[in-house]
Amino acid sequence: MKQWIAFWNILLKDMRAYYLKPPNISWGLIFPIAWTGMFFIRSGRGLDSILELLPGVVTISVLFGTTSMLAVTVTFEKKSRSFERLLLAPIPLELLMFAKTGGAILFGVTNAFVPIILAAFLADLSSVDWLVVFPTIVLLAFASTFLGLFIAVSVSEVFEAQTFSNFVRFPMIFLCGLFFPVSDLPMFLRPLSYLFPVTYGVDILHGAVRQENTLPLGLDFLIIAAFCVALFAMSLKNIHRKWIV
Amino acid sequence: MTKQFGDVTAVNDISFSVYQGELFGFLGPNGAGKTTTINILIGLARPGAGSIRLGGLDCSRNPKAAQHLIGVVPDESNLYPELTGFDNLCFCAALYGIGKQERRTRARELLETFGLAEAADRRFAGYSKGMKRKLTIAAGIIHRPQVLFLDEPTTGIDVASARQIRQLIADLHRTGTTIFLTTHYIEEAERLCDRIAFIVSGHIVRVDTVGNLLQPVQGRHRLMMTTTNAGADLHESLVSAFPQFIFEPVADGQMRVTSVAPIRVGPLVRFLEDQGVEVVEARRLQPSLEEVFVQVTGIEALAMMQNNRDKGRSA
Repeated sequence: MKQWIAFWNILLKDMRAYYLKPPNISWGLIFPIAWTGMFFIRSGRGLDSILELLPGVVTISVLFGTTSMLAVTVTFEKKSRSFERLLLAPIPLELLMFAKTGGAILFGVTNAFVPIILAAFLADLSSVDWLVVFPTIVLLAFASTFLGLFIAVSVSEVFEAQTFSNFVRFPMIFLCGLFFPVSDLPMFLRPLSYLFPVTYGVDILHGAVRQENTLPLGLDFLIIAAFCVALFAMSLKNIHRKWIV
Repeated sequence: MTKQFGDVTAVNDISFSVYQGELFGFLGPNGAGKTTTINILIGLARPGAGSIRLGGLDCSRNPKAAQHLIGVVPDESNLYPELTGFDNLCFCAALYGIGKQERRTRARELLETFGLAEAADRRFAGYSKGMKRKLTIAAGIIHRPQVLFLDEPTTGIDVASARQIRQLIADLHRTGTTIFLTTHYIEEAERLCDRIAFIVSGHIVRVDTVGNLLQPVQGRHRLMMTTTNAGADLHESLVSAFPQFIFEPVADGQMRVTSVAPIRVGPLVRFLEDQGVEVVEARRLQPSLEEVFVQVTGIEALAMMQNNRDKGRSA
């Protein structure tokens, strides 16, 4: 019980201090809307393209929603030494890091519903398999948060976290099949796509929205879950190795 | 325990015990290994070799084992700048699993005790250095720890705040909290601590009670004299005229006189004036831990005192 009080309060503090701030909320709203608008206009097919664009826009909203604040909630707190206060609390490191990433996961999931709500007004979503979409969004939020966490604990400066984060996030937009299939990529780039967890998440979403997944859904789920476990475990290992010297 | 960082041995085979309810001082110059020792004890660093027991719990392999027993006040205030003083304390209490009502009551109580009640709703970022340090100490004891680690609690703050903090530490000690205090202020350690360990270059060179440490210098009388126009052969003349005294040049124009019997200043001043030397000042020195520290640790202690004086001037 005592550990859960700590867990809940760390999560709540991060939500209040970082995520529920006007700049972050506006970023969470504007970013998906801008991407939706850009691809909607670019496609030139009017409302017909909504379902085609939805998986990519949902994924990008999750990806940027989850990773945008981790450089502050983790790297900056480490740099300013307030993270030491958390490391000294009598709670297991795993639970502590779940609490620290919980805000990012919740924010990412919430962000995902901005384009979904917009799409609901513009297109017929009756064919979407929501029972697959919801867990996929959650899993995508976990995977991209843990990817952000892995970057945040691998560096010591906030600017490094932001640089590396962008270095990974922006290529993912083009490499992971968000707005065009991985099969459209040049042959030499395709293996790279499968190194990112987002590729599997967006494949599930393409399957749930338009039945156009390229891999079996079970395999996609399995791989993305494995990415979550591996990224979280590697992040914890890095904390042990680099922060508790 | 021992701790190495690459080729540098930060802490070299040190061993000590701190008794329950004791205020234990860990005294040494900058870079002596004080913070490394404290980080190992609280679980923020791993010992290269050795073992640690805190409150009867073995923390050598599992640093988390005793974290519910300890409170830590780091050398830099590390609370959350965006939170108010009250919210910071409530958050720190929550980290130890304290329920909402209890942590609010405890936070108010501590803000009152530390004279910060009026600043309770102000953001921590807007606090002065002294206020920040006081709130950091309050955060360290919010969960009523059995053992409190204080790392340089008065460094870099104004004289009035430092005095208040020393008083708060003494009050905490009176309530039975075991305190591990690292400092490079010798007078602070002498005034507050029951026992003191001297650490120099990663080695503990002496551990004893303040009374025992002071004993060798307590039976001696010392005088610091400041003079001008002293000739090169003055030292020789003094030694032959006053064989019962020891004369040590300290700095240009300064000389320390030591004796086992009380030093009568009049004959000494008259002798010097007869030699054509002008005595600007003659000041009796009280026996102090600083002297013991210099004796025990040698040249590095002098550097430490110089460092303290420089810091004092800049503060």
